[in-house]
Amino acid sequence: MTASTVERPQLPKTEEAARIRPKRRITGGGLLHAYTWVIIAWLVVPIAVMIAFGFNDTPGRYNQTWDGFTFKWYGRLFEYPDLTSALITSLVIAIVSSLLAGALGTGIGYALGRYRFTGSGSLNLIMFATMSSPELIMGASLLSLFVSAGAGLGPITITIAHVMFSISFVAVVVRARVMTLDRSIEEAASDLGATGWVTFWKVTFPIILPAVFSGVLLAFALSIDDFIVTAFTAGTTKTFPIWIWGATRVGIPPQVNVMGTLIFAVGVLGAVIANIRSSRQGKRA
Amino acid sequence: MTTPQHSAVRARTAAPAGGTAAIEFVGVNKNYLSHGETVPAVKRTDLAIAQGEFFSLLGPSGCGKTTTMRMIAGFEEPTAGKVYLDGQDVTGVSANKRDVNMVFQSYALFPHLNTHQNVAFGLERKKVSRSEIARRVGEILEIVSLTGMEKRSPKEMSGGQQQRVALARALVNRPRALLLDEPLGALDLKLRQQMQIELKRIQREVGITFVYVTHDQGEALTMSDRIAVMNAGVIEQLGSPREIYERPASRFVAGFIGTSNIVDGHVDRVEGGLALLSYTTQDRVVVPVARPVRQGDKLEVSIRPEKIDLHRGVPPVQSTGGSVLSGTVTEVVYHGTSTNYTVATAAGADFTVFDQNASNADDLADRGDRVYLTWAPQHSYLIGD
Repeated sequence: MTASTVERPQLPKTEEAARIRPKRRITGGGLLHAYTWVIIAWLVVPIAVMIAFGFNDTPGRYNQTWDGFTFKWYGRLFEYPDLTSALITSLVIAIVSSLLAGALGTGIGYALGRYRFTGSGSLNLIMFATMSSPELIMGASLLSLFVSAGAGLGPITITIAHVMFSISFVAVVVRARVMTLDRSIEEAASDLGATGWVTFWKVTFPIILPAVFSGVLLAFALSIDDFIVTAFTAGTTKTFPIWIWGATRVGIPPQVNVMGTLIFAVGVLGAVIANIRSSRQGKRA
Repeated sequence: MTTPQHSAVRARTAAPAGGTAAIEFVGVNKNYLSHGETVPAVKRTDLAIAQGEFFSLLGPSGCGKTTTMRMIAGFEEPTAGKVYLDGQDVTGVSANKRDVNMVFQSYALFPHLNTHQNVAFGLERKKVSRSEIARRVGEILEIVSLTGMEKRSPKEMSGGQQQRVALARALVNRPRALLLDEPLGALDLKLRQQMQIELKRIQREVGITFVYVTHDQGEALTMSDRIAVMNAGVIEQLGSPREIYERPASRFVAGFIGTSNIVDGHVDRVEGGLALLSYTTQDRVVVPVARPVRQGDKLEVSIRPEKIDLHRGVPPVQSTGGSVLSGTVTEVVYHGTSTNYTVATAAGADFTVFDQNASNADDLADRGDRVYLTWAPQHSYLIGD
């Protein structure tokens, strides 16, 4: 009895609201749809072109006009030993530098998110400075630094340079996560007898792991296609982007498109897996 | 196990009679440094909490109750003074080495671990064997009625269930004392009342000292053996719920615990342990006095609203020697079981009166009515007596 009398007056309100809302959507909604598709096309078309030209049955080295469909470049992927070794060099540098930047950046991000200490303000400033400073300047100064220090340019100097510019990105992502982490969770661990070390590895790290993971992915993506800083610090070492830049004068072979497609596919796969995992967690909640 | 009689005896003594206290503060104070200025959070405090006692720290936010608890847990160190647990000096000992456990206001459950893993965390740190952990976790989950929830993650549980996990996670370690920081604050009223009874039951079952921080005076009154009422870093009164409610030591305590009417007046005469404060020829307040009081002294008297009778006509028994104040009703609020009146009295103070709606339901006074308030002498309480 009481329940029905209480609920009834609310019904017309929701009906009214439902009637009004779709009307607004007709004009606003159409525009929004068109806008969304334009943006999606803008983002996807260049990638689609890259993927498509990996299937282009081009006769010469110039892969710029459509000459029919073929799978043959996938079979002849490793036809250019220089290109293959450049890709391997890039992958190794990207993996090593993203893991190093991940480890160091996590430490910095945790410290900045958790504590206020002498120099934390300037550290924040320096991090944003390295993220926003032009790569050209960074590359040139790194070159003078390495040369004056007498360091032989090669994979190691490239890795040092890549770690240097990607640390900040990892640190910023991790810091944001740590700042939203309830302080009392770590206090609870300590209250239950955990030392600082155990608290970090058993409690803090597992909780911030998704942020660390996305920081590492970001560092990997920054490293694998970096051209400017790499060109300054590479010496005679050929990375994937440097090899492609060199090849533009004589024509980029379709194998480059295939490799690009494969790297892109791995990235998409990673994103899909991360998405599924987080939506599964969301469902559980 | 603590029997009710036992705890009643303890409640009356300021320090526990015999044996070492579970928790003891000797000359503890705590200052914070804020923008270069020293801000006192807890001023010189001595405190002894008995074994197996349900002890509450009660006060408004910022009164120092949470700081006091965090000094027991080891998250804060006193600026001066000593903290003892079971007679052992633990001042300067870090939180992970103190044999007390805490239930946090936000529960602070480990979100990446399920119920079993959360509860087992403390035992794993102590290197307890796997079979022993399984046995003790099962046992404690039964006590907090969470059997069957072992595999759930905190996100999959309601607030009340998370609260129980937090409780189990602390209790499973069999600490010397359990510290609870406003643990029921996030629950709705029904669940809160249910958990109050549950907590009392669990405390009786495990027999561990509970230190309970709350700003909710009702919660403190219903659950505690003893209460320390804190204000501005100082314990204003320490006593059993009854003592604190019936005989508030200060104006602050009288106002903070329940509703009190506080009236000032000058002593007209003293007769047989009763002081008489007169306002007009018929308006007077009679209060029992234990300390020596002289004519002309200014006194503060507190009267609980439920002890006062409200009459629409001239009170029939004016000659019995009780208090009488005339006044005008300024507000009437109907509460179902009772009606609350606000009355502007001849003594100058506004009085709140709770009138039970049991028998005199049609006898309600209206706003603007001239009324008389009466109460027996023993219901006046001289503040600070």
